[in-house]
Amino acid sequence: MVQNIIDVRNLSKSFDISSKEPGLKGTIKHFFRRQTKSLKVIKDISFEIKEGEIVGFLGANGAGKTTILKMLCGLIYPSEGSILVSGHLPFRRKENFLKNITLIMGQKQQLIWDLPPIESFYLNASIYDLDKFEAKKRIKKLSEMLEIDEELFIPVRKLSLGQRMKSELLAALIHEPNILFLDEPTLGLDINAQRNLRKFLQRYNKKTNATICLTSHYMKDITSLCKRVICVHEGAISYDGELDLLLKKLSPVKEILIVCRSEEDAIKLENSGFTVKNKIKNEITIKIENNSITSSLKTILNNFDIEDLFINEPPIDEVIGKVLIKKDYDI
Amino acid sequence: MISNKINRKIFTLLKVQYSNMLEYRVEIALWAISGIIPFFMLNIWTNNNLNESINISDVLLSRYFLSAFFVRQFSVVWVVFSFEEDSLMGKVSPYLIQPLNPFFRYFAQHLAEQITRFPFALIIAFFFFIFNTESIWIPNLGILLLSIVSTFLSFLIQFLIQSIVACLCFWTEKASSIERLLFIPTLFLSGLLAPVVSFPKYVKSWIYLTPFPYLIDFPANLLSGNETNISGGLSMQILWIFLLFPLFKKIWSEGTKKYTAMGS
Repeated sequence: MVQNIIDVRNLSKSFDISSKEPGLKGTIKHFFRRQTKSLKVIKDISFEIKEGEIVGFLGANGAGKTTILKMLCGLIYPSEGSILVSGHLPFRRKENFLKNITLIMGQKQQLIWDLPPIESFYLNASIYDLDKFEAKKRIKKLSEMLEIDEELFIPVRKLSLGQRMKSELLAALIHEPNILFLDEPTLGLDINAQRNLRKFLQRYNKKTNATICLTSHYMKDITSLCKRVICVHEGAISYDGELDLLLKKLSPVKEILIVCRSEEDAIKLENSGFTVKNKIKNEITIKIENNSITSSLKTILNNFDIEDLFINEPPIDEVIGKVLIKKDYDI
Repeated sequence: MISNKINRKIFTLLKVQYSNMLEYRVEIALWAISGIIPFFMLNIWTNNNLNESINISDVLLSRYFLSAFFVRQFSVVWVVFSFEEDSLMGKVSPYLIQPLNPFFRYFAQHLAEQITRFPFALIIAFFFFIFNTESIWIPNLGILLLSIVSTFLSFLIQFLIQSIVACLCFWTEKASSIERLLFIPTLFLSGLLAPVVSFPKYVKSWIYLTPFPYLIDFPANLLSGNETNISGGLSMQILWIFLLFPLFKKIWSEGTKKYTAMGS
């Protein structure tokens, strides 16, 4: 049986936020008397993640996804509730725990700006107690997987964003962590770089059985990497389950464009009881529920003279967009 | 085995930070030149014959201020500014989840910077001796070694004080303003502007209870060959380190609980 590697129970996090009214009056008032209020950004959430799982955290900006990741990796202290990651309380930041995890933030870097990445790699290797031989071996292996070579010897400031991100990944993975927290790792990368990064993460997961927790606003990252998603809405979990199930629930019908041999066939099809979206000459678009697609298509192909047909999936961004603004999804 | 790992960490940290500092060698040379306050003070003292009131000859006074310059060069600390910036920009987050306290990185940066500064400080000293040939002296090996130890201890005290202030970033965000307040007693009471021996007797007795005279005055007096209580000075330096270190550890552990990882 696969073990739970992350166990979160009734987790909450509040931040003290100071507010200031606009204008000079507000500034003076703010100077003499600061008004702070406690803002609960994570509200009583619970979930478990199994070893080797890749889980996507979805949510609108400010929903609390990154705060959850920061608590999971021990960067910030929870206000209430409990977190166990690989048997450790993350906020204690014990050496054994830290050697097991990594956090990659798309918009932040840990590489030394004025030096080639290789210097940062050796520094990280020594921080994680790897000897030079082992460090060399791992740098070689990871650089092959990430397809970087001469970039290792060019100062970070001169690398492109994609090359820098690959180097960041290498620096963050040199100690071969088995839990990866990735906060928008493909942010700002071009399409090819995004695809390569996703491929790399898939391979890394397969090779090492690492657990990956990922946040991203690029739906392609989520659909190609994550079987399971946790949707966060205003600090609470609105959905936790399989991505496919969520998509089916959110988009229960498919649109099918049917090209008939003649316009008469199209008219016959229009009047045969299917829900028609539109019809232009011999082309007709109908809506069919996901659970009756096979039987409906069989009927159409047996009874009408069809030249071609296309099944259109609704755009994933549009579908997921719905979940980001809704509070609860019971499936 | 464990000490080997620690040694490797320290060596790699120093090596990498030294390579990084070499990228800023011009900036470091300018910083070294900007540390010549003791030479201005020497000029003021000798031109106004102020040294007569404390019974120190011109030669000994010029050696004192040159030593003060050297001690300052190798004990200057800026960790509060680096940590404040890193903390506000969220750069400290990746370091916090590594099995090494981020202050070790800053510590290594400072040591690497001192190594980079060394040749520039020597050049400045060379020019000082060209214009003050009578001040040339060679301290005996024992005194030289003790001065190096004492300068390093002075650096440790300043690093710990600033690290404690830097940790206040977890509460105030602008901890460097507190450091600026501390700069005033550091400037006046450390011996950078005047040897502490020149202060009135009742003020001196209070000053020696603070860490400030052990930052510049004590190591500079030791190096320049002026009369000083070597064991007393070294003991006070060690005592301050023992007092400040647990305070730093406590404030660090409380502060990280407050960390909100802003900007990331």
